[in-house]
Amino acid sequence: MSLDRSEVAKIAHLARLEVTGGELDAVAGDLSNILDLVEQMNGVDTAGVTPMAHPLHMAQRLRDDVVTEDDRRDRYQSIAPSTDAGLYLVPKVIG
Amino acid sequence: MQWETVIGLEIHAQLATRSKIFSGASTAFGADPNTQACGVDLGLPGVLPVLNREAVRMAVRFGVAIDATLGRRSIFARKNYFYPDLPKGYQISQYELPIVGMGQVEIVLENGDTKIVGVTRAHLEEDAGKSLHEDFHGLTGIDLNRAGTPLLEIVSEPDMRSAKEAVAYARKIHQVVRYLGICDGNMQEGSFRADANVSVRPPGSELGTRAELKNLNSFRFLERAINFEVERQIDLLESGGQVVQETRLYDADKDETRSMRSKEEANDYRYFPDPDLLPVELDDAFIAEAVEGMPELPDAKRQRFSSEYGLPAPDAQMLTGSQALADFFEAVAGEAGDSRLAANWVMGGLSAALNKEAMDISESPVTAKMLGGMLRRISDGTISGKIAKQVFEAMWSGEGDADSIIEARGLKQITDSGAIEKIVGDVIAANPGQVENYRAAEGAKQQKMLGFFVGQVMKASRGKANPQQVNELLKQKLMN
Repeated sequence: MSLDRSEVAKIAHLARLEVTGGELDAVAGDLSNILDLVEQMNGVDTAGVTPMAHPLHMAQRLRDDVVTEDDRRDRYQSIAPSTDAGLYLVPKVIG
Repeated sequence: MQWETVIGLEIHAQLATRSKIFSGASTAFGADPNTQACGVDLGLPGVLPVLNREAVRMAVRFGVAIDATLGRRSIFARKNYFYPDLPKGYQISQYELPIVGMGQVEIVLENGDTKIVGVTRAHLEEDAGKSLHEDFHGLTGIDLNRAGTPLLEIVSEPDMRSAKEAVAYARKIHQVVRYLGICDGNMQEGSFRADANVSVRPPGSELGTRAELKNLNSFRFLERAINFEVERQIDLLESGGQVVQETRLYDADKDETRSMRSKEEANDYRYFPDPDLLPVELDDAFIAEAVEGMPELPDAKRQRFSSEYGLPAPDAQMLTGSQALADFFEAVAGEAGDSRLAANWVMGGLSAALNKEAMDISESPVTAKMLGGMLRRISDGTISGKIAKQVFEAMWSGEGDADSIIEARGLKQITDSGAIEKIVGDVIAANPGQVENYRAAEGAKQQKMLGFFVGQVMKASRGKANPQQVNELLKQKLMN
């Protein structure tokens, strides 16, 4: 299976990634190779194999319901591009 | 043409844990923006989620309460989408193997019939933050305090056939989560949110295309939004149009639903198992510990109220509406020794007073012990039902308990027949014309005229004469 330039451009848009025109062909080639590998794996007979959710054969450990985190807003916000009145500011997503 | 409405609900109940589902940040409502958003909630590099045991216990309790199959092995998945209130770029949710499988609840319809509604599944996930679109110089403000708050998403089968049924189901789930103490149920603060999937079809045919309604933050809006949407879809189909699968937002001010986004443009969420979290395994010991001390649930309580207290079905239904109300009623009934009288006062005078002040039963200035004490004084003939209203008002405004109010205001009923006889004699002597008319009248007319004399006697005794004694004495005296 292969992807063309316009499909790669669309995926890049959905993923909010900037892929320039000059990079499109190379990225399309790489992604197509990955898809070919997936195609190859799709051919394997997996009937009777339990789907694996995690490679470790362990169950999730649980933590007690206790508040352990202090307010460190000032430190977190010191690395944010823009804040106001305690809020993180981001470009408007809906009009 | 006849149309059948088909409704399924997705309810998000915020679980009442102290800390978040995957981090140790507080979940308290109303804190300053971003003061309860830690590195995990912010999606900073290198952090790892660790699951909150209490959230798992609460989900298990819910599953047991709705008679569901529990997911002995459940897994968390990443639901990928880009939105600034979700800093990681994905929401941790459950997809393939949810913690609660198929269950069911019983709802009571308006005509008193019951109906079983299937619950497809309930799964654990994290809530997103809040976007504030007010003026921040053209930017959007993000508060991530809510990000990571545990949610139980409860998905119903498309079993409801009207807006009223949908509301009855939503109320039932609301009642169950509040009884279990796993969610505070506050719809204004968004701790309990319902989305409705609505479609119409010719009766018995295949399911029609559905629209998903959002922004339904009260039961009233849920009902109105569904009714509006059903009308809209029928009008559309009958005029030759087609319903498109989309998300619609309910606007309470205009009482209408508006298209928010169509599913065609919708994201592919690319769910996959979250490698940061291992499968959750529920063993018998964990389940037994989770359900230990589970309270009597609404259905069982309703049945017990009918059989134990001899209450009619609608009264039992109403009094078991919330655990707090049910407990209050039981305390009043125990104190008063008369459960019917207790039911009437809790649903009548007390509820009216609470509604007037927009108070919750837990805030009532008249305690169950006080109300029960007053009802005991009605039962033993110390005061009449009419005087009780005065006593109740005095208790409400903080004048003390019933006995001290009755004493202080001299409200004790006059049962001394000599005293009542004297007042009756005075009233008869003062109204010779009325007495003559009474004697000349017959049957119903005479009965009606008796009311005049009763009124006069009650007035003269300032409401304190025992009404039965007044009636009997008047009848005797007026005939002689």
